[in-house]
Amino acid sequence: MRKIFKNLPIHLILIITSLLSVFPFIWLISTSLKGNSENIFAYPPTIIPTDFTWANYTGVWDKVNFIGYFLNSMIVAGGTVILNLILSSMAGYPLARMEFKGKKITFFAILATIMIPFQAIMLPVYLITLKLHLVDSVNNFAGYVGLIMPFAVSAFGIFLMRQAFLGIPKEMEEAAIVDGCNVFQIFTKVLLPMVKPSLAVLAIFTFIGSWGEFLWPSIVLTKDAMYTLPVGVNNLQGMFSSNWRFIAAGSILSTIPIIIFFLCMQKYFISGENEGAVKG
Amino acid sequence: MFKYYGKYAPYLFLLPAAIVLVIFFFIPFFQTFALSFMDYSNSIYNAGFAGFENYIKLFHSQVFYKVLLNTFIYLIVAVPILAIVPLFLAVLLNREIRGLTLYKILIYLPVIVSIVVAAIAFKWLYADEGILNFIVTTFGLSKIGWLTDPKWALYSVIIVTIWKGIGYYMMIYLAALMSVPKELYEACEIDGAGFFRKHLTVTIPHIMPTIALVTTISAISAMKVFAEIYVMTKGGPLNSSKTIVYYIYERAFENLDLGFASAMAVVLLVIVLALSLVNILFFEKNRYQI
Repeated sequence: MRKIFKNLPIHLILIITSLLSVFPFIWLISTSLKGNSENIFAYPPTIIPTDFTWANYTGVWDKVNFIGYFLNSMIVAGGTVILNLILSSMAGYPLARMEFKGKKITFFAILATIMIPFQAIMLPVYLITLKLHLVDSVNNFAGYVGLIMPFAVSAFGIFLMRQAFLGIPKEMEEAAIVDGCNVFQIFTKVLLPMVKPSLAVLAIFTFIGSWGEFLWPSIVLTKDAMYTLPVGVNNLQGMFSSNWRFIAAGSILSTIPIIIFFLCMQKYFISGENEGAVKG
Repeated sequence: MFKYYGKYAPYLFLLPAAIVLVIFFFIPFFQTFALSFMDYSNSIYNAGFAGFENYIKLFHSQVFYKVLLNTFIYLIVAVPILAIVPLFLAVLLNREIRGLTLYKILIYLPVIVSIVVAAIAFKWLYADEGILNFIVTTFGLSKIGWLTDPKWALYSVIIVTIWKGIGYYMMIYLAALMSVPKELYEACEIDGAGFFRKHLTVTIPHIMPTIALVTTISAISAMKVFAEIYVMTKGGPLNSSKTIVYYIYERAFENLDLGFASAMAVVLLVIVLALSLVNILFFEKNRYQI
């Protein structure tokens, strides 16, 4: 009992912070559940809707192609994750385990990309993407490729995988050589299975980053059918100008998949053991 | 161990990543500088050489200085808060009490949710007849034009960035706090040191590198703010909430003046490079050793 009392101020601060963190969503959910007969600008505001309804959700669902946006986001985030896993582990392997000419230069060249913000180079990236015909006006597949490629690999991922490979004892490779494995078999059959935890961390953080990306898709996308969820949600504002019930319902709908993902994977985010997963 | 791999194996493994990095990082990096010397103002299909014209235009532009000032305000408001508040929360959460995981999940939630949804949620809080103005008026103050008053718009947007960042930096601090030896705290308690004394003498010195890391990461991300502004204010009113990246976007994709936008991008590059260099040279030296 005494202990609870001692910790009371701590709990109080944490409860207030937690409430501040979720309140904007709660208010959005509250608005999305209010029917037309309830004034959403009422003073004093009511959190619990008096005219409770799901109508805003069904209404916005009928008018907006959420399934399409969701699938687009899945394709783009999925493609980005797969490419990052393959390219980062492939590049991390020689940087951790091999001696070769130009290793130092390669290392620093990759390191240098950490310091180049995408926002500063996005204009040439856009021009190059246009020149390579990787835009949705060519066809949908090209559009997806164009959304994915600028983020297909990152220095963060390469260094994360390099660090993981460095932690594997040399005896593993030696044993594999004795067994007659060639370099590609060592990579795929011996080393990759041992860095699964790092691959998982890379996959999850790449997924979150790609899923929330807004700037690049809003630059390259031209067709509504190609919109990813963030672009589609931003578009709600234009579609329903001041119908905040619909905008709120649409925003909440678009957030459900990532909340489910987060709750399933929460140990990766909040275990505090992923110090290596700090992304600049 | 003998060299079990062929002469070309390292390069073959590096090749796919190298192709992507060259096409989407290195070429665009140099092209940004090249574009900043081109004149696209007549037609985007037929560029002429501009020399330093774009830079001269940039340094004579009132908006440019406004944008720089706004970005600077962003830095000095957001960075200290993002370096200190999450540390404080992490210290509170770094103990074994039941139920703390729930707090972590709730405080981390804004990090996970798309910035677009976050900005829309805040736009709704900031509405003229919205809930924040209700709170303000119940205290007897007059309504605030959170996003429509040039005095307030920038700070209203900064609040969203801070709100969305707190959980992220809190988890970085929590990871760092785990490495502080527990014996030191016990020694402190025996000496009778209180909460603040304990953390000032043990915690802060121990995680100084992490504090520096969080400061630079949050400074660099403050330089790159875009979505909040795009969704909430479009840089207005009267350029009061326009920051560097939004200005680049606007000049390039709305005014189609790629040369001018690229000159602006070079300015951004220089600032971020300086911040990153400080970070790597002083704080992360050990992280990237060969």
